[in-house]
Amino acid sequence: MATAMSGVLAAFDHIDAACGAIRELKATGHQDLTVYSAAPYHELEAAIGDPVSPVRLFTLIGGLIGCAAGFGVAIWMSRDWPLLVGGKPIAAIPAYVVIGFELTIMVGALSTVAGIIILSMMKSLKGRPYSPRFSDDQIGVFVPCRADQAAGVEMLMTQHGSVAVSRDA
Amino acid sequence: MAVIAHDPSMPTQTHAEVTRDVIRTITEKPTRGYYILAGTMAFLTLVMFGTLGALLKYGLGLAGYSPPIMWSVYITTFVFWIGIGHAGTLISAILYLFRSRWRTAVYRSTEAMTVFAVMTAALFPIIHIGRQWLFYWLLPYPNQRYLWPNFKSPLIWDVFAISTYLTVSSTFLMVGLVPDIAAVRDHVSGWKKKLYGWLSLGWTGADSQWRHYTRAYLYLAALCTPLVLSVHSVVSWDFAMSIVPGWHGTIFAPYFVAGAIYSGVGMVMTLIIPLRKVLRIEHMITDYHFDNLAKLTLLTGSILFYAYAMEYFVAWYSGNPFEQMTFWRRAFGPNWWAGWSMIICNAFVSQLLWFPRIRTNLTALFVISVFINIGMWFERYVIVVGSLANDYLPYVWGQINPTWADWCILAGSFGWFGLWFTLFYKNFPIVAIQEIKEMIPMQRRSAAARGH
Repeated sequence: MATAMSGVLAAFDHIDAACGAIRELKATGHQDLTVYSAAPYHELEAAIGDPVSPVRLFTLIGGLIGCAAGFGVAIWMSRDWPLLVGGKPIAAIPAYVVIGFELTIMVGALSTVAGIIILSMMKSLKGRPYSPRFSDDQIGVFVPCRADQAAGVEMLMTQHGSVAVSRDA
Repeated sequence: MAVIAHDPSMPTQTHAEVTRDVIRTITEKPTRGYYILAGTMAFLTLVMFGTLGALLKYGLGLAGYSPPIMWSVYITTFVFWIGIGHAGTLISAILYLFRSRWRTAVYRSTEAMTVFAVMTAALFPIIHIGRQWLFYWLLPYPNQRYLWPNFKSPLIWDVFAISTYLTVSSTFLMVGLVPDIAAVRDHVSGWKKKLYGWLSLGWTGADSQWRHYTRAYLYLAALCTPLVLSVHSVVSWDFAMSIVPGWHGTIFAPYFVAGAIYSGVGMVMTLIIPLRKVLRIEHMITDYHFDNLAKLTLLTGSILFYAYAMEYFVAWYSGNPFEQMTFWRRAFGPNWWAGWSMIICNAFVSQLLWFPRIRTNLTALFVISVFINIGMWFERYVIVVGSLANDYLPYVWGQINPTWADWCILAGSFGWFGLWFTLFYKNFPIVAIQEIKEMIPMQRRSAAARGH
């Protein structure tokens, strides 16, 4: 079992309160925040201020690999055992557009999912506290900090309207 | 004071109510009716697999294949189920990109329907090939004869199209489910918590997860959009690339795509009109959603109407006697009842949806949706069987003679599809919790302070 990370966990009922707390925490040097919410909200995204996810690269590279594989497989296999079918060229590109297109979509989609998994795993959430209310109707903000910083963070959260603040470890 | 009308696309519940209402559909003990339904579906599934066992033992001679109709009830039913599978991804992906808000309440059920319909459809080519255990010959793999599939054949295109559609639509469904499964995990206990915990893949709704998830979902929707339009086009080319009268038409791709969406939306309505009542989620899937589904049905039904009319026009205008004869026989030949069932159920019944009172009358919509399902099966039947029965040479003309093996597999396919859907709606959120919540504005402290 992962060791609990020391820090402060606060729950918010109001999105503007949570955003205010996040902005002030960032301004006071707490960059490694974890913000939990039941759904994605643009307001929270703006307060956290992370750059756009690089998952699109997975989609693009996966799609290009799929497209190349689709055309490549069809052309190579046709030339490997050349049979004249219906008077068409051995490697009939227009007929292979379907194969190329389908594999573009399939590999592009699978690599996009791989992208979510790989990129999400890059930031380990192990040991960070969580509450089931965060998948329901509350926003959670966890701030890893030393014991001597905790009191200040707790006060900041309360001032911004947190409805429950707890100190872990 | 100005009265602000309630936007019917907006949910009326709070975040906590959405979680509670959707999770209740999973945690409530199943009723006797549920067990009867699931039992009936399981029985029909057994009938299908029993018949398949007989086909494996005795061969396709048990089914009603008789020259020249070597694509018969199985291929008809294959195209029917593939068509059903199109509305789901249209609603979940294309309408997502269009930011159409009414899709949110219904897209999960339609997406599940898509996956199960494609799973059902995929059985049919395998049943149809006769030596079912050799189905892997369709795939390009290095074999001892160094032979590869013929990539110029529309049938191989179809293998790739259906495999891609099944993979991508299942992926899209599962990706959408992950945050909702995590919400279920947080509200159940015991072994269910462990099971849903495992299925939620460690989802916590952390910002580092949403950041990648939301972008990835957008790209998946963008990939699914051309896929929806392509898959039934490719299925239509199974027919249109040949020179059989009634099949060899350039109109086939858009005609099949419109028909697919039409049949899919019909099946969605057949499923969710009773389901919302059984699960007591009428406040989440409202008349407003059915009105929009009905408008989509009207649009695609009208495209079909036009396509039917164009097919007859093109047959007449072509001056080709074989083409003209095929279409004359559709209306007045031995299978006239199938031809007219298709035209009445699809082209005419859908026109009732011009009336707003019918679009919001759920009993009427349910009846219309059943007609759509019947009409679309007959459309596939007319196209597949009707054209093959009367080819160029009168010497080889013939009639279809379906047997019990055809009908048992057809009935069993509804059982197989229904069993998956029945198990799904009782074990997974049938309404997308996360997306509904996204539409509900979060509470604001500033508003609370002003007393709102």
